[in-house]
Amino acid sequence: MKSVTEFKTIMTGNDAVAYGAKLARVKFISAYPITPQTTIVEKLASMIANDELDAKYVEVESEHSALAAVFASELTGVRSYTATSSHGLLYMHEMLHWVSGQRLPIVMSVVNRAIGPPWNIWADQSDTINQRDTGWMQVYSESNQEAMDTIIMGYKIAENSEVMLPLMSMEDAFILSHTSEPVTLRDQDLINEYLPDLDLKFRIDIGNPMGYGSYDTPDGTFMELKKDMVDSMKKAVRVIKDETEKFNQMFDTNYGGLVERYRMDDADYALIAMGTVASTARFVVDKLREKGLNIGLIRIRYFRPFPYDDILEDLKNIKAAGVIDRSVSFGYAGATYSEIVSALYGKINIPVSSFIVGIGGRDVRIEDIEKIADTVRNESSGVYWINVKKVI
Amino acid sequence: MVLVPVSTVSTRNHPTDSWRIQRPTIQYDKCIRCMICWKYCPDNAIEIENGDESAPNERIAKMEYPVINYSFCKGCGICANECPEKCIDMEFEVIE
Amino acid sequence: MPTSIPKEELMAPGHTACHGCGATLAMRYVLKAMGQKTVVSVPASCWAVIPGAMPFRTLDVPMVYTPFAATGASISGLREGLDIQGKTDYNVVGFAGDGGTADIGLQGLSGAMERGHNVFYIMYDNEGYMNTGVQRSGSTPYGAKTTTTPVGKERDFKKENKKIVADMMIAQNVPYVATATIAYPEDLIRKIDHAKAVHGPKFIQILAPCPTGWYYPPEKTIEISRLAVQSRMFPLYEFIQGKFYLNKSFKPVDVSEYVKAQDRFKHLNDDEIDNLRKYVDERWNQLLEWEKIYSEQKE
Repeated sequence: MKSVTEFKTIMTGNDAVAYGAKLARVKFISAYPITPQTTIVEKLASMIANDELDAKYVEVESEHSALAAVFASELTGVRSYTATSSHGLLYMHEMLHWVSGQRLPIVMSVVNRAIGPPWNIWADQSDTINQRDTGWMQVYSESNQEAMDTIIMGYKIAENSEVMLPLMSMEDAFILSHTSEPVTLRDQDLINEYLPDLDLKFRIDIGNPMGYGSYDTPDGTFMELKKDMVDSMKKAVRVIKDETEKFNQMFDTNYGGLVERYRMDDADYALIAMGTVASTARFVVDKLREKGLNIGLIRIRYFRPFPYDDILEDLKNIKAAGVIDRSVSFGYAGATYSEIVSALYGKINIPVSSFIVGIGGRDVRIEDIEKIADTVRNESSGVYWINVKKVI
Repeated sequence: MVLVPVSTVSTRNHPTDSWRIQRPTIQYDKCIRCMICWKYCPDNAIEIENGDESAPNERIAKMEYPVINYSFCKGCGICANECPEKCIDMEFEVIE
Repeated sequence: MPTSIPKEELMAPGHTACHGCGATLAMRYVLKAMGQKTVVSVPASCWAVIPGAMPFRTLDVPMVYTPFAATGASISGLREGLDIQGKTDYNVVGFAGDGGTADIGLQGLSGAMERGHNVFYIMYDNEGYMNTGVQRSGSTPYGAKTTTTPVGKERDFKKENKKIVADMMIAQNVPYVATATIAYPEDLIRKIDHAKAVHGPKFIQILAPCPTGWYYPPEKTIEISRLAVQSRMFPLYEFIQGKFYLNKSFKPVDVSEYVKAQDRFKHLNDDEIDNLRKYVDERWNQLLEWEKIYSEQKE
């Protein structure tokens, strides 16, 4: 039995994420500063400057360039990493497609922040929801520990030969990124055992010169390449579950696969949430359970691939569900809501409501979730904005 | 395994002769083997070969000489235009 | 007889460039100079199409296709990724058109040069968005007709002078900057050899005449490239670690000879040609001035 040197400390979500990248032995990091991502890359730069991490850090002149640089270094066969937020992520949009389309298993941290105008630096998941269709796997964490561990699991899942898709790992701005919590730093040897070195089969090799991403025609393989990405996203569901379970066993953790369930076994009503809102929702579930309401919580961890099968299984005996989104699709409802009703359509016919909360970092309070639970219990369906002031 | 967009087949397997309207012909008995035609060929369709009997003189006969690869020549005419001896003729292709 | 440029061919025949393509010759010469241990990054441009559709490749070195604005950043990432693996002897070459360099890629280029990566950035300059159908770029010269600066009744040809990226790179004090053109491959290859001796960022702007977009017969590509230098429309220079060398050894010709060889300038009247002539003279005097300033500085 190997000696295990794990130790518990207290750190912010952004520091935890930086340690996650260090434990994952990233070799190349490129980024451009944006609040509230900055402390992740500051921490990594400092680790490198102090010989704690053997990697190259390059601060570039834009987020588009950050992801372009990471794209290129990963293509040489080096495990690469970047982090961003909000407008930075939007500026990367073109490169997001380029990375997934070239099948590069890059992991990126995104600290969820609102999109202007007006300028706003606080928690809001609209930035990553905007990037839903870019071919990246998307994970939302609820704690600093989960944010750290997700970077490590992220590389393992992304680099799986059946998956080979990039992954973005999210933290809610400030609520996780700048808030300190107890975090267990994993043992490096055990992580090395869990996560082997990157072996990119199609890496740049002058002995085997290839064109990477040349143009393709309607009668070529373009359509097949895109379908293969969808197939891989489907295969990722099994890989995520397996790799998360492996991690749980090695590190004595208890992460769900694509979703995490709380008091769902005998529930009549379900709340569905993503990110740190789930913590408040969990508290409210306990509170309402004491009052005799059979309510439970499903926390979505993976938005892509979306846990359609899990949701169908979890909601089969439920009377009504409420989906809480910290983002909105202008002209419709919350993005998670759309996915959930699409999953249920024609299979489970229950009332489902969409609740828009916490836009631009507006606090999501216990009473807000209680109000949501109340609406769900009345088995209504609709789109509700929670804790909105009358302005006009 | 996954499908990755990589291109592996050399265009040496992709003839472009059908692009040609005019056909260059080198008059070897006038060619001084300066290789300017080879140097300026954008289609990389002129190859260098060893020795040739139909050279203008004995000294030149031992030299390497340019040979047009008609599988790839698109007939742009740069070689004829740049030839200092004006010994490359451009003639329209005849479809039989 | 030994050839005046290396025999090794790292660009295969069978590509799909237009007849008489200057950009293709630029790549052929650049790779001859670079050699086989080279990785090329190409953004959206003619060169993203020249190698043909999947599964074809036309280079015998790895070629990475990137989005339009990504050349500077991609060569940064390639260089660092290769260095991390000890592959420090590979040449990393960005090969972008003038739109991808002077316009959409300028920020990425400037960033990459400022950060000092050991890379080559080759701008093949065909003075417009030729791949998308001959639209104007910042690098299109005064007087040129393009599909977005049509002459029409209003004589709406391009009225602004060419933005010269190589000059900007000198202003940024990039350790190696040069201009070259395909009529003089020996000069071009010699410049790349000089650049190879510089550890750090290198920028070379290669004028690559385009029969399709400059509206001249394809066999004239080399002639026009030569005339660009002789008319001083495209002066050749070299800036090595703070020293500036202007190439003055050519038979000078009047601007009108260059202009009249291309239909993109066909509409210009004598006054307009005179505008170009003045521009050319002013720029030439400026370059002579630079030569003086930079040589004094170093003494």
